[in-house]
Amino acid sequence: MKLRFLIPLVAFIALVGLLFVGLSLDPREIPSPLVGKEAPHFDLPELRNEEVRFARDDMLGKPALLNVWASWCVTCRQEHPMLTELRRLGVPVYGLNYKDTRSDALRFLAQFGDPYDAIGFDESGLVGIDFGVYATPETFLIDSNGKIRFKHIGMITPEVIETRILPLYRQLEAET
Amino acid sequence: MRPWKHAQLPVFIAIIALLIPFVAMAGPTAPPSEPMTFETEAEEQRYQRLIRELRCTVCQNQNLIESNAPLANDLRRQIALMINDGSDTDEIIEYMVARYGDFVLFRPPMKATTYLLWFGPVAMLLIGLAALGTILWRRRTQVASEPLSTDEEERLRRILGDGGQDKT
Repeated sequence: MKLRFLIPLVAFIALVGLLFVGLSLDPREIPSPLVGKEAPHFDLPELRNEEVRFARDDMLGKPALLNVWASWCVTCRQEHPMLTELRRLGVPVYGLNYKDTRSDALRFLAQFGDPYDAIGFDESGLVGIDFGVYATPETFLIDSNGKIRFKHIGMITPEVIETRILPLYRQLEAET
Repeated sequence: MRPWKHAQLPVFIAIIALLIPFVAMAGPTAPPSEPMTFETEAEEQRYQRLIRELRCTVCQNQNLIESNAPLANDLRRQIALMINDGSDTDEIIEYMVARYGDFVLFRPPMKATTYLLWFGPVAMLLIGLAALGTILWRRRTQVASEPLSTDEEERLRRILGDGGQDKT
């Protein structure tokens, strides 16, 4: 009989718990349907050298990061040192310069450094659409066969490198 | 409740009048940027329907027609291109879902991961009605099953006999 009065309390605690979990979820992090699938094909002019092309298949053979960035993206500036750090740790870092102008993008690299192995210049943003990009920066970890294994939306933090990117990168490296 | 005084009526009308523009704003009429051209009326209608059904992933509570985000603009252009190239509606929706997931659909498909979304509200309503029904049922049986004790009957008789005055 006494237990009956506990029901509303238990229901209330359950509701609070549910709402609390809801608070910690980021609605901007949309699960990408691309994880586990082949990275979309692209063939773009290289940002730093118009004559050279940079295609998806240039990334194959080794696991690598593909970082989507733009000079107009403020978070990309904050994130930039993290890419330099990843490059220093031996992870190949490729770039997709998204809806930018060549001169702005080159100025950005001159100012903040250039950790990229190659950068595709996606002026129209069409390759970005193929990758399901909606909020720069976004970073994809692609395995040696060209399959997307992990996607991070927003800024890469030291914690993301430590807990997500590096362990998975080492694992993919061992698979190769 | 206190009846409205005459002096309050103009205030009330003024508030309603102020709200009217917001009602007018609620329904989007045309894409905010470059108009798309189509060869047939049917293609135009297909385009209009698609940009109302697909969500802008940047500004998540808007569809593609409402949003001014550069990405929404690009996606509208992409849809127009695909329609002009002869893609049918399902192909375009598939194209969007392949890139952005079910999230882009304002009417997500019914499958295991969306059952809660589709049936959750109805389930909550049924639970609520069941609880309400149980409580009302119990109350009725409780009231009916407790006759007055002899003390209470005696007191009731006195009250009624004394013209409603309780002397206990």
